[in-house]
Amino acid sequence: MAEIKVEGLRHVYSAGTPFEKVAIEDVSLTIPQGQLVGVIGHTGSGKSTFIQHLNALLQPTSGKVLVGGRDINENKFTRRDVKWEVGIVFQYPEYQLFEETVYRDIAFGPRNMKLPEDEIDRRVREAARFAQVGEELFERSPLELSGGQKRRIAIAGVIALRPGVLILDEPTAGLDPAGCRQILDNICSYHKESGSTVIIVSHNMDDTARIAERIIAFDHGRVAMDGTPEQVFSEPEKLIAMGLDVPKATALAMALKGAGVPLDGSIYTHGQLLRAVLRAKEAATC
Amino acid sequence: MLKDITLGQYFPGDTIVHRLDPRTKLILVVVYIIALFQAKGWVSYAAVTLATALCMILSHIRPKNIFKGLKPMLFIIVLTALLNIFYTEGREIIPGWHMTWEGLARSVQMILRIVLLITGTFLLTYTTSPIALTDGLEMLLSPLKKIKVPVHEMTLMMSMALRFIPTLIEETDKIMSAQKARGADFETGRLIDRAKALLPILVPLFVSAFRRADELAVAMESRCYHGGEGRTRMKTLHFAAHDWIALILGALFLTGLFVMKHYGI
Repeated sequence: MAEIKVEGLRHVYSAGTPFEKVAIEDVSLTIPQGQLVGVIGHTGSGKSTFIQHLNALLQPTSGKVLVGGRDINENKFTRRDVKWEVGIVFQYPEYQLFEETVYRDIAFGPRNMKLPEDEIDRRVREAARFAQVGEELFERSPLELSGGQKRRIAIAGVIALRPGVLILDEPTAGLDPAGCRQILDNICSYHKESGSTVIIVSHNMDDTARIAERIIAFDHGRVAMDGTPEQVFSEPEKLIAMGLDVPKATALAMALKGAGVPLDGSIYTHGQLLRAVLRAKEAATC
Repeated sequence: MLKDITLGQYFPGDTIVHRLDPRTKLILVVVYIIALFQAKGWVSYAAVTLATALCMILSHIRPKNIFKGLKPMLFIIVLTALLNIFYTEGREIIPGWHMTWEGLARSVQMILRIVLLITGTFLLTYTTSPIALTDGLEMLLSPLKKIKVPVHEMTLMMSMALRFIPTLIEETDKIMSAQKARGADFETGRLIDRAKALLPILVPLFVSAFRRADELAVAMESRCYHGGEGRTRMKTLHFAAHDWIALILGALFLTGLFVMKHYGI
């Protein structure tokens, strides 16, 4: 179980060529064990580069990444071992499925860890349960299943590593609303039951606002905002200036305020909006 | 890392070589290769080298880029040179060793031939965009349509293949990251382990290539693509004065080399 500490992280792509591009600069933050973090930022803001540093898929140009107090880029062994500690589910993970059966695909990670066969079996079944992959699918080919099922299998493939930190890059992109809700529910229940740190990169502000305990906003390779949803969504203008959406409840609250309705407090969920409107109504009738 | 691979790279520019019609350039490269294989003596090799250097100067292609392209061929070049030194009959350089002066001369010529061959074809791909190249090829080969050779389909496949190389490289990068995150190891282990380790990359890559092909076919059909019959182009190719001059020079060059071959120089 591990705390993530990032110190002065900077990454430059194609350093020393005309295509040089600074992707992230001066990122320092600490993510304690067990937090559910939402990472937001528009395309090209550096959030994907950032998460790939957390399990040493990318090496920093300068700066350090510590997982559990240990520098993960110390040598090639720490770089390999951190992959068991920090699991990443990439965008459209269903495109990485390759095995003949669902069971063997989920078992790919644990097998790479060289675990005994009975431990692999235990982990596959556990991961499948978390990701709601029914055991009746185990002997089917992953390629013949639906998009939502494939994605849950791919997520199970990473959960089977039992990572202390689970990172998901746009886990709901391209799914229908029911599929989105199911995946987010799975992630939330995994977070609660396992006590793992979960980091979700997302464009969907409503989802992020609903489930995250903390929100980190990237802008031009730097951390522009970092705080609880309450703090971050109390400055909707700033988010809009960064090219981001705000939750629907926040947008509606802004419109109401603009029309002269006196609403107070940070509003980012439907419940908060409802309560604020009722408070305003009460104040007006008094 | 995989993005660093260059394949048939095109360097945009506005030199006389860039402006030549792709058909002219294709014909000239064929002429060049024939001429190169006619070279026997040192004079003719000097003539071809000079012509190549002239084309390089005219097209503003830096020698550095040519050398970069030659690097993967280094092994073949060295091997050919060694074989020629040792397996040619003649006067021995060091008595007792089977290394001959004739062999040395021959291996220098072989190196020159390979280097010039590669340089010539590089000059074509460096100065001609892939689309212009396939367009030119299609028009040059169009007489073959009379004997039912599917020229249009073949060149269309070629340009699609070129178009999708960068896309597939990017895709490979992504899949590799995803499998690495699940602990796949591509760098260590015995040869057989490493070959097996490629499976988690190749299967998703093939699946996605087929998916892309399918999507491309739908996209083409929905824009009424119906084969090459009666298809017009946005950019039509025109032979200009400089194309005719270049072709005449090419013909003279080839004749010159045949003459040199006749005299054995």
